[in-house]
Amino acid sequence: MKKFYLKRSTLGIPYILFLSLFVIAPLIIICYYAFTNGAGQFTLQNLTAFFTSGDAIGTLIYSLLVAVVTTIVCLLIAYPVAFILAKGGYKRGNVLLMLFIMPMWINFTLRITALKEILTLLEGNLAFHPFLNTILGMTYDFLPFMILPLYNTLVKIDSSYTEAASDLGAKTSHVFFKVILPLSIPGIVSGVTMVFLPAMTNYVVLDMMYNSTYIMGSLIGSYFNAYDWNNGSLISLILLILMLIISWITGEFTDSDETTGGAYE
Amino acid sequence: MGIETKEHIIELKHIKKCYVKDTPVIYDFNLSIKKGEFVTFLGPSGCGKTTILRMIAGFEKPTGGEILFNGQDISKLPPNERQINTVFQKYALFPHLNIYDNIAFGLREKKMPKDQIEEKVKHVLEVVDLEGFEKRSVSSLSGGQQQRIAIARAIVNEPKILLLDEPLGALDYKMRQEMQLELKSMHRELGITFVFVTHDQEEALTMSDKIVVMSNGMLQQIGSAEEIYHRPANAFVADFIGESNIFNGKKTSRNTVHFAGADFSCVDAYPKGTLVDAMVRPEDVILSAQSEGKLRGKVISSIFKGKYYDVTVLSGKNEIIAQRDEGMKIDSEVGVDFKTDAIHNMPSDMMVNHMEGILDDNMRLRLVDGSIPVNIENIFPEYEIRDQKVYDKNGATVSTEGMKISVSFPSEKAELSDDPVKGYFQGHITDIIYKGDHYNYCIVSRNQVEYSVDDEYLWNIGDYVSIVIPDEALQFHPVTEHDIQ
Repeated sequence: MKKFYLKRSTLGIPYILFLSLFVIAPLIIICYYAFTNGAGQFTLQNLTAFFTSGDAIGTLIYSLLVAVVTTIVCLLIAYPVAFILAKGGYKRGNVLLMLFIMPMWINFTLRITALKEILTLLEGNLAFHPFLNTILGMTYDFLPFMILPLYNTLVKIDSSYTEAASDLGAKTSHVFFKVILPLSIPGIVSGVTMVFLPAMTNYVVLDMMYNSTYIMGSLIGSYFNAYDWNNGSLISLILLILMLIISWITGEFTDSDETTGGAYE
Repeated sequence: MGIETKEHIIELKHIKKCYVKDTPVIYDFNLSIKKGEFVTFLGPSGCGKTTILRMIAGFEKPTGGEILFNGQDISKLPPNERQINTVFQKYALFPHLNIYDNIAFGLREKKMPKDQIEEKVKHVLEVVDLEGFEKRSVSSLSGGQQQRIAIARAIVNEPKILLLDEPLGALDYKMRQEMQLELKSMHRELGITFVFVTHDQEEALTMSDKIVVMSNGMLQQIGSAEEIYHRPANAFVADFIGESNIFNGKKTSRNTVHFAGADFSCVDAYPKGTLVDAMVRPEDVILSAQSEGKLRGKVISSIFKGKYYDVTVLSGKNEIIAQRDEGMKIDSEVGVDFKTDAIHNMPSDMMVNHMEGILDDNMRLRLVDGSIPVNIENIFPEYEIRDQKVYDKNGATVSTEGMKISVSFPSEKAELSDDPVKGYFQGHITDIIYKGDHYNYCIVSRNQVEYSVDDEYLWNIGDYVSIVIPDEALQFHPVTEHDIQ
């Protein structure tokens, strides 16, 4: 009788199955629909239609704008918070961090509804400031995703680096910009990716804030709701490629910083 | 004064440091370092040596006292305004910068012209023997190479003082020895004052002009390597530096000391009757035939150590270690003697186990670490106790509350217990010194009071123990106004 040995590659089978079923196969299907028409024939018409339609390009730009502004606002709020929590020498730093993270445990719709009520109270009618309200909603929603990776990176920066910098003559501002900031780039990058990508597509916030402008997410949604799978798939594909480019750029940025650094001035 | 300040580049005066309020880790620390000296702070971990270094660098501010740099107080200056550079224990090279940028960091802060920076970096890389490493990343370097870059990054700024915080700790034995010699020759060539921190006594002896031995936040001895090895100031230093045999001894005449059951001749200035710690280095112990030698003993172990053998002899209750070229058979009977002038006597610390307190209304003496019962009639023979009241010889009541009483006990009368409620005082063991037939323990209580206790049994550093003192061993004395002055 032959003994059955569990090989290491055997252990991978469930994951390979999962990946092919839920990642690879959908990608292929999206690609298929993106480059075919309703009759199932190959065509580039969806592509040209997207890039020639002013509305579609406008939606893309508006989405980018929302995502960029949300990311910047989140970063500007989160960095000081994470920095103070990580380096402020609080005995209960992780408890404070928990307080910032805790909103994540409350249902997303509930939080946005609450914010909506507050904003209505302040502004009277939400329709007056759709863009501002969208940014506020998104920032409120995504802030913990920015704080967490930043805190994790900052807390790991050994105090001997900052001591070494000031020992070598750097004043406090130089210690920050020449040592702490570059060393926290991995945290910034992962925070930015965690916020930027969802911010481009999360149309629920816009819906709830009565912002009738389309973003990429709502555009895709509208096509699929109208059973136009081909155009919907194409836009999803464009979004995917956009994300790939962004993560490639940010990834490249951190890599190059580690190997060659500021190079020669 | 004028000449002195020119000569001393750095002076630490009455330095005190508390991380937690009222629990100092450094007491009254005083030290002057001459320009161009190679000074090493040596002590067990947690003795405060790194704290002192960090205060000189500016990473910590002293709680009290001042740090003079060329005669000027710099204790409040931030690190970037001091002409002092540090080589860190784990190097702390910036991982996001390459070697060139790491070394150029300090020079760029000084706004030095680019071509000058380039020249200096190139030169300093030659000094540390790593030419052509400019574009390498920190992570591609070995531990030893990172060490050299860390030194280069510090000395390129031409500091007046270079601080080195256990910089060789992470290197392997061979590499460490190499770096020791290199650091020493670098010191000679650069002429910068080096302040080095280590817990490795061999490292300290090899490299330094001056060694500062520390323990428990206090200075134990300052001296050259030879002084510290041959003439340690106290039993702690003798035990910490090199191997040693230490015995409780007593001077029996001007030129003799009695310990381990015999009289030995010695040279020192202590008068007859002085209690001393007598030290003999193992290389000065002579083992001979049983008929010769002042002491007699039996070999209990003989261990090969490469260049020599460590032979341990049990003589009475004392264990004596000898270094010999040849090993000896276990259980063989031998005679033990010491080379002439090999015995070094150190005065025993007479101030330990000496406390002052105030009597409360229950006739207990309140001390820093608690209270102990006092028999008033023993302290004041003229007083009498009736019905818990004190009467003097005329029959009038005396109020003893608030009286100042001092209490002391000899360390050999006390013993240790792991039952916290068994003794009057509790604390952690911070030092152990082996003294022939017993161990001498230094115990520090939570309130930073130091006790010294002799015990036959082996405890470990860090053990939480209580100090059991038999009542008859406690000696009470009233403190008069005269004593206070």
